[in-house]
Amino acid sequence: MTSISNIKKQTSKIKIILLVILFYIVLQLLMSAQIINPYWQQIICYAGVMTISALGLNLIYGFTGQFSLGHAAFFGIGAYTSAFIIKSANFSNPLLLIIGLIAGCILAGIIALLIGLPILRLRSDYLAIATLGFGIIVKVLFDNADAVFPVLGGSRGMVGIPQLTTFTWVLVIVILAVLILRNLINSAPGRALVSVREDEIASEAVGVNTTKYKTLGFVIGSMFAGIAGALYAHLYAFLHPQNFDFLKSIDVLLIVVLGGMASISGTLIAAVVWVLILEGLRVVLPEAVLDWRLVIYPLLLILIMIFKPTGIFGGKEFKFLHYGDKNE
Amino acid sequence: MNNQPVLQITQLSRYFGGLKAVSDFDMAIAKGELVGLIGPNGAGKTTVFNLITGMYKPTSGSIKYLGEEISNFKPHQIAQKGITRTFQNIRLFASLSVLDNVRIAYHYKTDYGVTDAILHSRKFSRIEKSVQEKSMQVLKIFNLANRAYETAKNLPYGEQRRLEIARALVSAVETNEDKPRLLLLDEPAAGMNPSEIKNLMELIRFVHEKFNLTILLIEHQMKVVMGICERVVVMDFGEIISQGKPDAIQNDPKVIEAYLGKATRAC
Repeated sequence: MTSISNIKKQTSKIKIILLVILFYIVLQLLMSAQIINPYWQQIICYAGVMTISALGLNLIYGFTGQFSLGHAAFFGIGAYTSAFIIKSANFSNPLLLIIGLIAGCILAGIIALLIGLPILRLRSDYLAIATLGFGIIVKVLFDNADAVFPVLGGSRGMVGIPQLTTFTWVLVIVILAVLILRNLINSAPGRALVSVREDEIASEAVGVNTTKYKTLGFVIGSMFAGIAGALYAHLYAFLHPQNFDFLKSIDVLLIVVLGGMASISGTLIAAVVWVLILEGLRVVLPEAVLDWRLVIYPLLLILIMIFKPTGIFGGKEFKFLHYGDKNE
Repeated sequence: MNNQPVLQITQLSRYFGGLKAVSDFDMAIAKGELVGLIGPNGAGKTTVFNLITGMYKPTSGSIKYLGEEISNFKPHQIAQKGITRTFQNIRLFASLSVLDNVRIAYHYKTDYGVTDAILHSRKFSRIEKSVQEKSMQVLKIFNLANRAYETAKNLPYGEQRRLEIARALVSAVETNEDKPRLLLLDEPAAGMNPSEIKNLMELIRFVHEKFNLTILLIEHQMKVVMGICERVVVMDFGEIISQGKPDAIQNDPKVIEAYLGKATRAC
């Protein structure tokens, strides 16, 4: 009985791996053959970047239940950190991007730890306001960063960042992010995170150190944002503080809520669809109504909240994203 | 040393502004006792529970568990020491499975780190497997094994209460008999029908014996209190007004006064 289900599990695992490889090869071919032009290549990469960032927020908000409006700040910290290092060192080999990615990821994590320890004591609305405040502070810092580090450009924006982000890099990090999140959630620390969301008091009463796990979720989620930010910096080669203000945090929040709280599958789909439609409509819609595309998403959000408040995938996952004990 | 009480509360007070929710509360519970804590609404019973489990910090006084002062510990530390509780309004992890509710309570015994979890190390697989087995064992004892994969909030009320008690007793199931444990039950029979109450009383008797537990129970249903408690403590306005055997306190004029008011001369 177990061996059969084991074999089944193994074969479906192999199927998924093959599918991902196939997806990679096809897209890579289409890109090198210029069937997907550089503009759309960039958009596909951007979809991946948003996916990574949104997975991080889903860990914080969807799984751990901590309402954060400061996600774009961590995204920005990752972006500026990586851009600063890579530009200063003048790296041009795409492989060296790893240094920027790790640095952006770690710095976002450290700052999340420092800011998380005091503010994660707050609950729901208060936490949202505190993270919002943090986001605004960080944006102001970016605006004036040129006073200390002229290379960051301050409110004029940072230019001339080496364009090292490739489709391969983005896909690898997306896959890593999905695997890390999946494995984390299906473990004891992951269950502790979810128990905090479900009922913080009951969670304490069965011996879970809720402060520790709220911080853990917040730090790991922010590290996702940091690495996504680093990829973003080397994708567009230009950074502006406005790209990291609190409206950008709302964008990520939108993806998480649309896709479904606590659903990795939902975030994957919503992030990709969100980016592709937002950019796709730019091509499809006539000039006169172009700006209306920004109305479509909020409208969609309202409709989904009315008809399916748990989001498209609320609480559900693709088969390969949960394993082990469900209904066996 | 053998006569050391499991729980020793001395001069415990908790004020909310000018309100004395609990004042100069003294209580000792010996190993294996099943004590009832009763009193009219607002007497401070639940506040006592919240003080014991660390959810509130006492204004003054001391709480000793097995001789160790615990009044400054955090709730999760107290839970890890072996004092667990249920809540007046059931607090389950409602949208998780029954199995996960129990597995979360195993949490602090699962001593692998986040890295083990992310990398799926051998240690992770080994511990996860044993947690899974132990949790199923707990569910079997509490007759919930066939519900393991159902969402907790979909269970009938009586089973939700049973699950909450199971979750509170997770670590008692495997620890050796010598280690005393304290279970605090906050109105377990609230909202139950007579047959559910009967089952609940059997369950409490069963776990009390099986796990060699010490139990402190808040209850309004006199049937439950009189039926299973060996000793009853009566509170009113944050103070103990009477204690003793169930049938003795039933006739205590102070208790009757607290519940029914003072008899006045008819006019």
